[in-house]
Amino acid sequence: MRRTRRILGATLVIGGALPLGLLLVWSFSRRWYFPALLPQEFSLHAWTALLAPAGPVWPALKGSAWVGGMTALLATLIALPAARQLARERPLPRAVVGGLILAPLVLPTFAGVMGVQVALIRLGVADTPAGVIAAHLIPATPYATVLLTGTFEGYNARFEEVARTLGARRREVVTRVTLPLLLPGVLVAALLAFLVSWSEYLLTLIVGGGQVATLPALLFASAQGGDYALTAALSVVYVTPALLIFSLVAWKLRGWPA
Amino acid sequence: MTRRLGYLPALLVTTGLFGAGLLLAAVQSLGGLPVTGEADWSVAAYRAVFRSHFFWSALGMSAWIAGAGTLAAAALGTLAALVLWRLRAGTILRFLFAWNLPVPHVVGAWITLLLFSQSGLWSRLAHAAGVTRTPADFPALVNDPLAVGVLLELAWKEVPFVGLAVLAALTRFDRRLLDVARSLGASRWVVFWRVVLPAVQPALVSASLLVFTFAFSSFEVPYLLGPTSPATLPVLAYRAFSDPDLTARPMAMALCVVIAGLAGLVVLAWALLSLRGRGRP
Repeated sequence: MRRTRRILGATLVIGGALPLGLLLVWSFSRRWYFPALLPQEFSLHAWTALLAPAGPVWPALKGSAWVGGMTALLATLIALPAARQLARERPLPRAVVGGLILAPLVLPTFAGVMGVQVALIRLGVADTPAGVIAAHLIPATPYATVLLTGTFEGYNARFEEVARTLGARRREVVTRVTLPLLLPGVLVAALLAFLVSWSEYLLTLIVGGGQVATLPALLFASAQGGDYALTAALSVVYVTPALLIFSLVAWKLRGWPA
Repeated sequence: MTRRLGYLPALLVTTGLFGAGLLLAAVQSLGGLPVTGEADWSVAAYRAVFRSHFFWSALGMSAWIAGAGTLAAAALGTLAALVLWRLRAGTILRFLFAWNLPVPHVVGAWITLLLFSQSGLWSRLAHAAGVTRTPADFPALVNDPLAVGVLLELAWKEVPFVGLAVLAALTRFDRRLLDVARSLGASRWVVFWRVVLPAVQPALVSASLLVFTFAFSSFEVPYLLGPTSPATLPVLAYRAFSDPDLTARPMAMALCVVIAGLAGLVVLAWALLSLRGRGRP
């Protein structure tokens, strides 16, 4: 049992490390042609090109971070009241409203965004970060709602009563009871909403029309351009924040996007 | 009633923005809201879609990718969850098992290319082992007619997704039921089919539904790793949508409506089945 567990652990480490290691090795290679198992020549050229002050990675990184941050903030704020109410709703209305709110999780979001693009053009937000954020809210809000509903279901409002009977003032109840109990769940929901936006490519492409720079858009262009080292370095830049976030919230492994 | 006002912001996004988007797609597919000139109501776009052999082959490709990908993810994910459960895997093993969940699909597609293309790492290993002599000797697994590359990427990303859902259900499962079944004379297979599988079924089915609808409407991975022809339905829709010739727009919208309708039918079937399942004791 112990040995099988160790073997399984080793397999998982190798299986997980191999693809990421491959990206790293490729990002430092200059010549690595078939059938060489290792690069014939190493160099930093991909990284220096990528990290040059005038390089394209900075606007893309800024774009992804801004869109992701705003999407996470708005999706969490929008999902909070809905989740709070869903958690204490009777079964039938819960199924109906829940179904409406969660529909974008199982329906093709791009179909709705392609349809609404005309309206976004009329509103003047097509090709702008604001329009892209609006589009990202479509998949991010339902995810945040699912997670926060779970948080509110696990939250017992009677703690507030207890605090009140023990003489806590209204503000103290909020700051010392309500917030500390809900904050971890809210943070996880926000981080997940950020990750949904961070991974989104097609919706950005439809609304942004190539005008809103994000990392996946840059990566997609680079992958089709055929510079393996640059694409690998870009991939490393792109996955690292996602893996960091994952390590932060892994203890609450539930409800990840597909 | 006022407490239900809390739903308003979320409904504004999911129904007001997304639902209205689907409605606008339907309107445009029927010739409404034209970008050029007068509205011209007709079902010509749908007729063109259903007559085009591109549509039918794309439907076949999308159904194959979603169906085979979901089956692979469901089977391997359940297997992985059972192994982790039997070994009483702790937080660290689970973490390692699930580490690729946050990896975006674009990166997953790129890694698949580095590993499985004809000049990829596996092909090089095959050459080093003396199995193949040239890259062309290695089977084409990327941009191949059966979309093996797409399925590999999907399985890689979605096995942990399904696996964790099943594992969560197994963690709630009372292990003593196994002893009961065994003491009543059930074989290992019977225990699996009649005791363990029913316990994880709801989690497995929900996770599989999410994988299926995701795969059915996914764009990046089939675009990068799939065969150029037949394309998948979302790729077809995007090509028509980004066509500089705006007369292709109603067809793009018709494709959107058809894809959303098909996904909606699958979800409806799932909802009805799970409602019926709930009625049983």
